[in-house]
Amino acid sequence: MLSISHLQKRFGHRIAVDDVSFDVAIGETVGLLGPNGAGKTTTLSMISGLSQPDGGTVSFQGQLLDQSASRFKRRVGLVPQDLALYDELSASANLELFGGLYGLSGKRLADRADDALALVGLADRRGDRVKGFSGGMKRRLNIAGALLHDPELILLDEPTVGVDPQSRNAIFENLAELKRRGKTLLYTTHYMEEAERLCDRIVIIDHGKVIANDTVRGLYRRLPATGAVVLELDGPPVSDEVLAGLAALPGISAALPDPKGICLEAGDFGATLALALTQLTTLGLRVTSIRSGRVSLEDVFIALTGHALRDGAVAAATP
Amino acid sequence: MNFAAIRALVRNDVRIYITDRRAVIVGVLVPVLIAAFFGYVFGGNDRSEEAGKIPIAVVDEDQSGVSRAITADLGKESLLTVQVMTRSQAEERVRAGKVQVAAIMPAGFGDAATRALFSGRMRPQVDLLIDPSQSMSSRVVEGLMAQYGMQEITREAFSDGASTSGLQRGLSLPYVIATSRITSSQNTPYNGYAHSFAGMTVQFILFAGIDAGVLLLLTRERGIWQRIRSAPLSKSQFLFARTLATTLISLFQFALIYTAAILIFGVRISGSILGFILLAIAFCLLNAAFGLMLASIGRSASATRGFAMVVTLLLVMLGGAWVPSFVFPKWLQQASLAAPTRWAVDGLDAVTWRSQGLGAAVWPVLVLGATAAICLTIAIWRFRWED
Repeated sequence: MLSISHLQKRFGHRIAVDDVSFDVAIGETVGLLGPNGAGKTTTLSMISGLSQPDGGTVSFQGQLLDQSASRFKRRVGLVPQDLALYDELSASANLELFGGLYGLSGKRLADRADDALALVGLADRRGDRVKGFSGGMKRRLNIAGALLHDPELILLDEPTVGVDPQSRNAIFENLAELKRRGKTLLYTTHYMEEAERLCDRIVIIDHGKVIANDTVRGLYRRLPATGAVVLELDGPPVSDEVLAGLAALPGISAALPDPKGICLEAGDFGATLALALTQLTTLGLRVTSIRSGRVSLEDVFIALTGHALRDGAVAAATP
Repeated sequence: MNFAAIRALVRNDVRIYITDRRAVIVGVLVPVLIAAFFGYVFGGNDRSEEAGKIPIAVVDEDQSGVSRAITADLGKESLLTVQVMTRSQAEERVRAGKVQVAAIMPAGFGDAATRALFSGRMRPQVDLLIDPSQSMSSRVVEGLMAQYGMQEITREAFSDGASTSGLQRGLSLPYVIATSRITSSQNTPYNGYAHSFAGMTVQFILFAGIDAGVLLLLTRERGIWQRIRSAPLSKSQFLFARTLATTLISLFQFALIYTAAILIFGVRISGSILGFILLAIAFCLLNAAFGLMLASIGRSASATRGFAMVVTLLLVMLGGAWVPSFVFPKWLQQASLAAPTRWAVDGLDAVTWRSQGLGAAVWPVLVLGATAAICLTIAIWRFRWED
C-alpha cells in the first residue's frame, strides 16, 4: 500500500500542501482530482522524491521514502506532466536512457524497451526520431519511459494534457492494461470524465487540502439529490404554478425550469416520474421526450468546494 | 554506485552531440577555417613591431671593450629589453619563447671585427638564435646590431689614431651574421599554423562547453529533469556523468581539429606527445567543469549563453588565441597569465612547434587541472539538485 500521511509543503508563506493524507491499495487506481494550483503536482513531487516535504511521510509497502529513497525510487515510475523526451533522439534511444537510469543495460534493457513500446503501441516507430511524433504519440512514449524498470507504483501527472480525443482513448487503453497487470496507479487530472472512467477511487484536493476521498459512487451519494430528469415539452415555458405543483408531488425534491422544459430532481424516480407525467398531461402539456439529467462529478466538486473545477467551467456547471 | 545510470547519461549526451551533425561540423570546420586564416595571415611572420619592447638575450663570450659597448648600447635601446646570459641559457630561453632573439658575440669578436673593418677579411661570426615565430624581431635586432656594431667597432678602430689608408678600399660590415631558428628539434621546420590551431581549438572547445552548460539548463526546464530526479541517482553521480560526457565530447572535437591541422596544414607535435595528450585531457576537463559551473550559477539558458559568450571571448583574447600574447603590453602579458586559456595555448605551442618536452607541459597541465577543480567545486556547491 502507498501511504501518504500528513504531507505538508510550503513555498515561502504560501502553503501548497496542507496535511494531506490518503492511502492507495496495491492494484488500485486512484485519481487525485483538483483544479490548477490545488497542490496535486506538488503532492506527486513529494511522493516521487522530487521535492522534500516540510512535514509528513510517504511509504510504499512499509518502506519509508526518506529512509531508503534509492530503493523506494526503483519501485516507482513517474510520468511527468511536461514531456520528458529528447526530440532529437529516437524513441528507443530515449528509452535506453530512462532504463539506464534505473540500472538496466544490454538485452534486458532492450527487451524492456520493446515491451514498453509495444504496450503503448509504438513498437513500429522505435527507430524514428521523437520530433516527428504527434502530440498523442509523444504522450504515450512519455508513459513508456516510466515503465522500463517495471515499477509497482506508477505516478501519472496529467498524462493526457493537450491531446486529441482519439489519442486520449489510446492512453486510457494503455492505463487500463497497466491496471490489468496489477500496477498501482496514482493519477492526477482536472478532467472529471477521465477520473470517473479510470479510477477506483478519487481524492479531491483543493487549496492544498484533501476535501473528499471516496469511490465515484460514494461521491455521488454526497449530493442531496442523486438524480435528475429533464422532461422536454412542446409549447411555451411553463409557469411557476406548474413547477410548484410538480415540486409538491411526493418524492420530488425540486422542479426547476429548463430551456426545453422542466428538470425534476428526486432520490428515486421509480414512483414519482409516473405521477409527474400524469399531472402534466392533466394540465394539457405534451411531453415530447424524457432524458437523463444525471449529476456529474463537476456537481459533486461544486457542492464540496463551492467553485468549479476548471476555469471556464463555472457557466456550464451553474444552472 | 549506479554505473549503468552514469553510462546511460554519458551515452545520451554523446548521442545528442553526434545527432546534431551540423553542430559537429561547425564545431570542427569553423575553427579549422579560422585557424587556417590566422595561420596564413600571421604564419611565420612577426607581429612584434606592434609590441612595446622585444625581449632579447645577449651573450658576450668576448668580454672585450667592443662587445661590452655593443651590449651597453643595446641595453639602452628603447625597442629592446636586454638580458645578458650564457649561450646555453640563451638557447633555452629562446626555445621556451621567453626571449625572441639571442645575439652571441664569440670570443675574439672585438679584435677580429676591428681588423676586418678595413680588410673585409676574416670577419668574425655573430650568431643570432631566433624564435621561429618572431622572424621580424630578428631583423630588428640584426639592424640594431649593425648600427651599434659599426659605431663601436669604428670607434675602437680609430681610437688609437689608426691609419685611414684602409678607408681607400672602403668599409664593410666587419662581421657576418648566422641565423638559427631554435626549437628542440633543429631540423623541424616552423609551421605558422601551429599557433593559430592551438588558439582556435581552445576557443571552439570552450564554445562546446557553453553548449553543454546551456543544454543542462534547458534540461532543467523540461520534464526530462523530473525523470532524472525521480530515478535512483545521486547528485554526485549525475554531475560526474555530465563532466565525463562533456570531457569525452571535447576530446573528440579536439582530436578532429588537430587531425585536420596535422593532415591538411602540416602541423606537427614535435615535442612531447604525452605532454600534448595531458594538455588535451586537462583542457577538456576544464571545459567540462566550466560548462557545469555555468549551468550551476546560471538562471536561464538564454541569459547564461550571452554571459558565457562574453566571458569566453575575453578568456580567448587574453589567452592569445586571436592575437599572440607577446604583442600585448607588458602588464597585460602578466595579467593574462591569470587566464587558463593562456596556459592552454602556451602549452600547446610548447609541445607542437616549439618542440619542447614533457616538462614544458607540466605547469600548463597543473594550472588547467587546478582551474578545473575550482570550477567543479563551485559547480558542486551551487548546483541545485532539488527543485
